[in-house]
This record gives sequence, structure tokens and C-alpha cells, in this order.
Amino acid sequence: MSNEDKGKWVGKGMKRKEDLRLLIGRGNFMDDIRLPNMKHAAILRSPYPHAWIRGMDVSEAEKLPGVRGILTGEDVEKMSKPFSVGVPVPPKYYACAVDKVRFVGEPVAVVVADDRYIAEDALDLIKVDYEPLPVVMDIEEATQPDSPILHDNIGSNIYSHRLFKYGNPEKAYEEADLVVKGKFLFPKYGSTPIETYAVIASYNPYNEEFVIYNNYQGPFVTHFLVALALGIPENKMRWIVPTDIGGGFGTKTGMYPYIALIALAAKKTGMTVKWLEDRREHLLASSTGTDRVTYMEAAVKKDGTILALKDKAIDNTGGYIRPPEPGCAYRSTGNHTGAYQIKDLDREVLVVGTNKCLTAPNRGYTCQELYFSVERLVDMAATELGLDPAEIRFKNFIQPGQFPYTTATGGLYDAGNYPKAFQMALDIIDYKKMREEQQKARKESKYIGIGFATVVDPSVTNIAYVTLALTPEQRAKERPKSGSGESVIVKMDPLGKVHVIASTNPQGQGHETVISQIVADELGIHPDDVTVSDVVDTHDRVYSITTGSYSSRFASVGTNAVVYATRKVKERMTKIAAHLLEANPNDLELKKGKFYVKGSPDRSISIRHVAGTAHWNQAALPEGMDAGLYASSFLSMPTSKPVDDLDRVDSSNTYGFVAEAIVLEVDIETGEVKFLKWASVHDSGTVLNPMLLEGQVMGSCIHALGGTLYEEFAYDENGQCLTASFQDYLVPTAMEVPKIDIGHVETASPLTALGSKGAGESSSMSVPVAIGNAIADALSPLGVTIDELPLSPNKIWHLIQEARAKKD
Amino acid sequence: MKPSAFEYFTPNTVEEAVGLLEKYEDEAKILAGGQSLVPIMNFRLGRPEVLIDINGIRDLDYIKEEGDDLLIGALTRQRDVELSPRVQEKCPILAEAVSFIGHVPIRNRGTIGGSLVHADPSSELTTVICCLDGEMKVVGPPGDRTLGPEEFFLTYLTTSLEPSEILVEVRIPTLPQNTGWSFVELSRRVSDFAIVGVATLLFMEDGGICKEARIALGGVAPTPIRAEEAEELLAGQKITDALIVKAGEEAAEIAEAEPDYHASAEYRKDMARVFVQRGLREALNKVRGGE
Repeated sequence: MSNEDKGKWVGKGMKRKEDLRLLIGRGNFMDDIRLPNMKHAAILRSPYPHAWIRGMDVSEAEKLPGVRGILTGEDVEKMSKPFSVGVPVPPKYYACAVDKVRFVGEPVAVVVADDRYIAEDALDLIKVDYEPLPVVMDIEEATQPDSPILHDNIGSNIYSHRLFKYGNPEKAYEEADLVVKGKFLFPKYGSTPIETYAVIASYNPYNEEFVIYNNYQGPFVTHFLVALALGIPENKMRWIVPTDIGGGFGTKTGMYPYIALIALAAKKTGMTVKWLEDRREHLLASSTGTDRVTYMEAAVKKDGTILALKDKAIDNTGGYIRPPEPGCAYRSTGNHTGAYQIKDLDREVLVVGTNKCLTAPNRGYTCQELYFSVERLVDMAATELGLDPAEIRFKNFIQPGQFPYTTATGGLYDAGNYPKAFQMALDIIDYKKMREEQQKARKESKYIGIGFATVVDPSVTNIAYVTLALTPEQRAKERPKSGSGESVIVKMDPLGKVHVIASTNPQGQGHETVISQIVADELGIHPDDVTVSDVVDTHDRVYSITTGSYSSRFASVGTNAVVYATRKVKERMTKIAAHLLEANPNDLELKKGKFYVKGSPDRSISIRHVAGTAHWNQAALPEGMDAGLYASSFLSMPTSKPVDDLDRVDSSNTYGFVAEAIVLEVDIETGEVKFLKWASVHDSGTVLNPMLLEGQVMGSCIHALGGTLYEEFAYDENGQCLTASFQDYLVPTAMEVPKIDIGHVETASPLTALGSKGAGESSSMSVPVAIGNAIADALSPLGVTIDELPLSPNKIWHLIQEARAKKD
Repeated sequence: MKPSAFEYFTPNTVEEAVGLLEKYEDEAKILAGGQSLVPIMNFRLGRPEVLIDINGIRDLDYIKEEGDDLLIGALTRQRDVELSPRVQEKCPILAEAVSFIGHVPIRNRGTIGGSLVHADPSSELTTVICCLDGEMKVVGPPGDRTLGPEEFFLTYLTTSLEPSEILVEVRIPTLPQNTGWSFVELSRRVSDFAIVGVATLLFMEDGGICKEARIALGGVAPTPIRAEEAEELLAGQKITDALIVKAGEEAAEIAEAEPDYHASAEYRKDMARVFVQRGLREALNKVRGGE
């Protein structure tokens, strides 16, 4: 059946359907929701990074006029259970500190009052008796047996520890001419969405049901885990997410303890309770990416061939560990070797706790940590071997003819052309000429550097990866996990217009727009004839453990669901049309809103007539066909399988590629960095909407620019956060954004209906190390090495002074 | 992040404001542009019991000339000073310094007086007023008095204003012909607090001799400071690059830099050197361009 309208909308830079309502202030965010008799919560937080709570007196606070009730750790312990997490011995992580605090900002009590002002006044009147304890802030120190222990029930600060071996690294080391080694420190930074966390909860004691509004990025695993913690069946907790979420970037995919905390406050006080996280709370205590220490080495041949990687990586999830952690350590397993043909691996993975804020995925979910080590090491190997850093990459790339390519760790790369994409990046910056300019500049004591990163961009998590935290023996005792499904329902109304019901819960990605483009193409209608409701309501939507927008899922698994559900509707329309036209369905074609019998242009029936029949004259439908006109799709990717006995897993499903090429100048007097050229070339499969993709690429570049040069959750040795306001936690603004030239190479994914892959995280993985490599290249004449971030001017200046002192 | 409760007054005259200050003294804070005070109150780092909102005192909003001086009302918005043709012509260093304050929306609200009484030593206005030797006119119950920068700025976030006094006007000398000037600063991002800010003035004589040099540094001591020894080094000299290098080194000597998360003490001190040198070169270029 032909469709001449195909490709009319998908692939075009159609303007976002969402924008008008957002621009005129008619979006619907958490703070727009006002429920009858709603009260307001404020949370008392620990000023200590590590302390016993010896007592708490709330009597003065309770007496303050306007205060409706106070929830304490004692209540939380009685009313709920600790959150589950996939590690052998889980810490007792409740929604609020019970007997001990383990990071500054940890909740210790909740005040419910008539307004937020009164609630905050009441916080001042609560007296807490703390007994401070020694703190542990350093990742490596946390692994030592004599360090202060956070959780007595675990007995050490190690939450998760695994050893992995893939292939035959010993043999590779024998064959290698050189082993290059490094130690790399990756900082703790986050996402800072414009809309912080927010919860409105109520409890109906008569049907024992919670209704909880929130802005979580999906039900994902958290709906299930919160229900477990509250000790209720999942169907007794209805989650509703408003139409708009003001950004997420992963921050809102971790265990969101406040959903449980505010639910408990609502249950205890009998009130409808609203809580909005303020910016200080967000920076101090919501969620960040993990900081990581990596020891990594590469066994390399003289010609630059990388034979094996050996690494020990230690992640830090802070005072507790909560889902989806310890995913930080395991999520990138399938793409551990990046864009290269490396067969042999030796890995040690540790996830530890310190007295810092807790973690969750942060755009790129630890791929930036991984590639910071891998791609620095590739540059270091090139330097030692006297090779060009571009040449060593071309030498080791997986070649276009090798797809689908199975990595040593079990990743199944679906499609790609890495040399072509990297070459495009080199051409954009005019690489050869830049090297000449660099030489010229050095003669004038100007320090120009060129840095690359060529990385694989995994999207659509296969939830199987979380079980890597268990050994194969431990796993064998549990039921396996796997999957990546997303659900969509497409329905056509009696007048022939389409409404799509999705639950991807977007946070600004433009799903409404793309869904409309896809449906318009599939049915030959206009995107304006498609409306979309893409929110979560756990009582109304079809969802599962995998549902939500995280892991750049929409462009792959989300669009699959849209396409397949729409095609099912079209198939039913075709059958109805054929029945009414007394023709064979195979002889019909859909053109400009009408079904025609091929070769008989006078025999046709409009979409509207078909839809009208399905609703208004159900007796006229083909025998056995359902009334109405709708269909659903909820498919997991076929590649989402459980972890195998050798710890191999296809941890994601579609794999894009990013080549970053950055030219910059370092002012060696001040340590400031100025960008001269920046090429960012992406392969995210078939491009669905170039305008939206450009936004994603720019966003991921700038988010990573923040983590590389500006942003850090820094702590002093006493455990106090030094960057708990936007005065010190420096997110790049428009003024800091350099010109970035974006290029695309499209290799269609065979796993998706439209050939698309995820792109929302992309450069967040490649930019930190590309900038790091460029600064290292710029400062190489001074003997400066780069092995940690963020690279503030102060930091770069000190590195230069240290290198000079060494030389003298 | 909600402030604690406060009483709120909206006087329409300086006399009313002073009356309220006399009544409430330390319990009261004056609200002008609110760009520092409001965040401080929202963080509950400050909990004034009384707010005296002076935005209704319209006759504190002006830019005038009197003889060789500019007179600027304390309530004048920073953006108005930055864009004033009179300021740009008669005292361009002031317009330039103000352009470094925050972002445009901040300058639209922030006032000249508010920034000066806040007395943050890394602020652009305190530094440039120190360089220009501006004068602060304050009014209190006994009447008014006038204070120079050294009398006005006592230490970090502290001025010599009495609890019942209010800053009403700043008097700033206009720059004579043949003056080189610059305002340069180092900050993490555009608009961030300066790690170091430097204002320089070179008053030149015919023949390319520097009659008098002024160098003020912000961010490197509890108040903005003048690098007097470096100034003396340049006075009466034909300024060479070697002299500028030396002046920078000399100026850095007086920096009593404190370390913070963004800059170590050593870094801040060295940046004082670098930015004094850069500032002097820029000032010299300007005056040479003008010859």
C-alpha cells in the first residue's frame, strides 16, 4: 500500500507545538496546581554531614499559629520501610533521617503549615540534639577499613564491589609494546533543572489511597519502590504528573524520596500537602551525578592498536545508595570500549559512600566519567607513541562494515560510520590548518590546543544492567530482569482526527511535536489534526517499570510505539474502507485523506467516512472487528535481554556516535580558556526533527561545558557544601556559550521503525574529555597534564605553576 | 527560601526615611534596588524587622553636573548611569565599571547607593569610586556630612554610616582631557563577583608625561584599596611597558587576598598583578589614541 505523503513531516524542522502555550505562560507545571485546602510543607535539614540524632523537640514549633502538624524521623520509621536498592547489603535509607544524619541537607523533619512562610518560621523552633561524628569526604579514603563508617549494618563504606574479566587480557598484555597508565578524577556535578522537585500529596483513609502529584520523569522503577516503602499495593498509589515538567536531565529519575516523605506528611496530618523544593534545597540535597576516581591503563601496540583496557573505577553515591544506583558503575557496561575494537578487558568496580549529597543519573549517566578516562588515555598513548591523536582513533575504530557489532562486554552496536563522522568533524575545524596555526602561535607564546573525543552514545536502557551488581551465582538465585518497552495508544475520533495517549512524560524534549509529525506521515494527515496527551497518571495510563523519559528513550523506543500503534490503526481503517468499498484491502491506497481502489480513481472513501462508520454505524464494520478506532503498542526492544553468565549485557539498545573536535586557547597568565572552533558531529540515526535535535545537541554540549569548566558540588574537609547557591554553583549562561558547528551523519538503526536513535545525552559524554584533551594539548609545551575536572582558571593557573616549579 | 516577617514602610521624603531610621535604628534596613538585600532575606542570612522602601523618594534619582563634578542621586539605577550620555562623556570609566555589574535586569533595579552602602569590596562601584575619589553625602538627624572612600568603607560589608543615616548622593569628579582610564576585571562568568577588579586613571601632561596615576583594586582586601606605591612609581614618568610591569608587581604586594572556593590567595594576588598591568596598558592605549 503506497503513501505518497510519507516523509512530508518527519525529518523537517517543524516548530514545536508546545511553545506557544509555554511562551504565553499557559503551561501547567507543579506550582500551577492549586487544590482545595492545600497546606504547605517545609523541610528541616541537617547542618551536620555526619551525626547521631540524640533527641528532637518539636513542641515550640507545634505551638506556632498556622502550623498543622510535624512529621519526624520517628514517624517515618513507624509509618514506612527503607527504600530497596540492588546491592547485597542495603543501607537503611528512609525518606527522612531516623537516628543518624549522613550528609548536610538530609531531611530530619517536615512542618506542615498554612503557608510556606509559617512553615519556614516553624523550622527555626525545632530543637535537634546532634552528636557530631567524624566525616569521610574522600572517595579512596572511604574504601579504607579505618575510615569513619556511615552504616553500621554494612560494616564498611563499600556499597557494591565487582570484578569482571572479558576476553584474555593477560595475552593482550604479552603482545603489547606499551602500557599507558593514568589516574583520573571526575567531579560531582548535576543538572539544575529550572523546575526543582515538587510534590502534592493527599491520603484518603476511607479507600486507603494516596493521590500524589509530582514531576518525576516516569514511573520507571520508583512508583514500585515508593509503594514498597509505604507498605501499600501499587494500585493504591495514584501518581499524576502535570502536562509540563521544567527539565529533568536525569535528576528526576533517581529515587525521589520526597514523594514518600510528603505522602507520609499528608497521611499523618490528614491534609493535602504541597512541597516545592527551593533552589538551596536542590543544590544541597536533591541529586547529583557521581564523582569517580579511575585508575585505567591501556595495552597498546607500536602502531597504535589498543589491545586491552584495565581499570579500577570507584563511584561515590554519597551518604546512602538508592535506585537506580549502583547503576552508575554498570550502566555503560555494553559500551565500555567506546568506539574501538578492544577485545580484552579487566575491570574492578566499586561504589562507595561518603558524607556527600546523594546521586542519580545526570545526563550521560556516567558515560562522561568513563570516556574521560578512555579518551584521555587514547591521547596519552598517541603522545607516547608519537602518533597524531586523530590517527590513533582512525586506527582503532570499529569499521562501517562490521555492524551490527558485538562488543567484548555484550553491547550490540546497531549501526554507525565512525570514520566518516570523525572526518566530518576534522573537516569542520580544518584540522591540518589548525595544527599549523598552533605551531605559529607557540612561537608567539600563545597556547592553542586541539582536542578530540570520539564516543559511542548509548540510548534506551535495558533494565537488565542493574543486575550486574550481583555475581552470576547471586543472579542465578533471582528471577532475571530485562526490558525497555514504551506504550502508546492511538485513537481516531468520529470526525477523523487523531488523539495520541502516551506516557513518556517529557521534560521539554518536544515529544508532542514529534508524535504529531510521525502520525501525520503515517496517516497522510496534517500534524494539526493530531493532539497528544503525554503525561503519567498511573491509574489511567498503560505503563511499566521501563516507562518514562530517561536514557534518551523517546527517539528510539518511544517513536517505535507511535509508529506501530498508528500502523495498526491504519490497518483497521484499511479493512473498514475495503469492506465499505467491497474491495480487497491489498488493492487500496491512502492519498490525501482518502482510500482509493488502485486503478479505479472513482472508487474512494474518506478517512472521515471510515472513522465515522467505526463509531456511528458499528453494524457496518467487517465481521468480528472491534467498534471504535484505536490501537496500542507496547514493545520492548528485541535486544533487551538479561545479563548472561559471563556478565555480558546489551546495556542499551540503540547506539549513536559523537565526534567532538575543539580548538581553544589558554591564557597562561590567568588560566582562562577561550574557544576558537568547536565541531560537534553526531550520528543519531535518522533525524526526526533537525530543529529539536539541534536543541538537544547544544543543550548537551553546554551542560557538559558546565561540568568541565564551571560547575562542581565542592565540599570542604568538614563536609560542608561550598557551592549550595547559584552564586557559587556556576551554570554557564548564554554569555559563556561559544559558537558550535553541528554536523550529522545518519546511519539508520535497524532496530527502530524510522531508523532513529537517542540524542538527548550525546555531547554530555564527549565534551568534558574533548575540552580536557584540548587544554592538555595547549599546555603540553609547559609539561602540564590534565587528569581532573573542573578546569577553573584558578585550577589551570595552579597546574601551570606546579609544572613550572617541577621544571625549575 | 522565604524571608521572616518584617514591617514595611514607604516614605516619600528623605526626612521621613531618616525619621523612621531614628525610630528603628539597627532593626531597620533600607530597601532600594533589593538586589543584595532580598536574597539575603530569602536565605534568612539577614532578618531585618523593619524595611524602609525608599523607591518612592523620587528626588533621589538624578544625574546632574555641578562645576567639574557629576552628582548622582543614591536611588539612580545602575543601568541609567551606564547609559547616561553625560556619564559616558564626562566620566566614561564609571559607565564602563557599571557595565560589569551583574546582568541588565540586575542593573535595571540595582541602585548606585545600594551597591555602595552594601560595601562589598569586590563590587565594581566601590572600586571605581575609590579610584575616582568620589564623595558620599549622607543625611542623618543632625544634618548631612560628606565622606571620602577611605572614611566611608570601613571593612567587608561595613560602612561608617550611622544606624540613623542614609546615603543620598555621590559626587564624582569628571575626567579632564588627556586622561587615560580603564576598568578591567576577572570573574568566573560574565556577571559573577570579581575575583579581582582594577580601575586605573592616568592624568597626562603635554609631552606624554604622567602627572598623576591612580590604581584601585577590588576583591583583594576588606575594602577597595588604592595601590599608592604603584601610583607613585608612575607619577611624573613617561610610562613604559617596563614601568607598567613593575607597577603591577608593586600593586600585587599590597593585596591581602583571602582564599575562597573560586580563587586561592596566591592566584588572587597574582591576578592583581596581571590585571593592574592589563589595566594600565589599556589606559595608556586610550590616552595615546586620544592624542
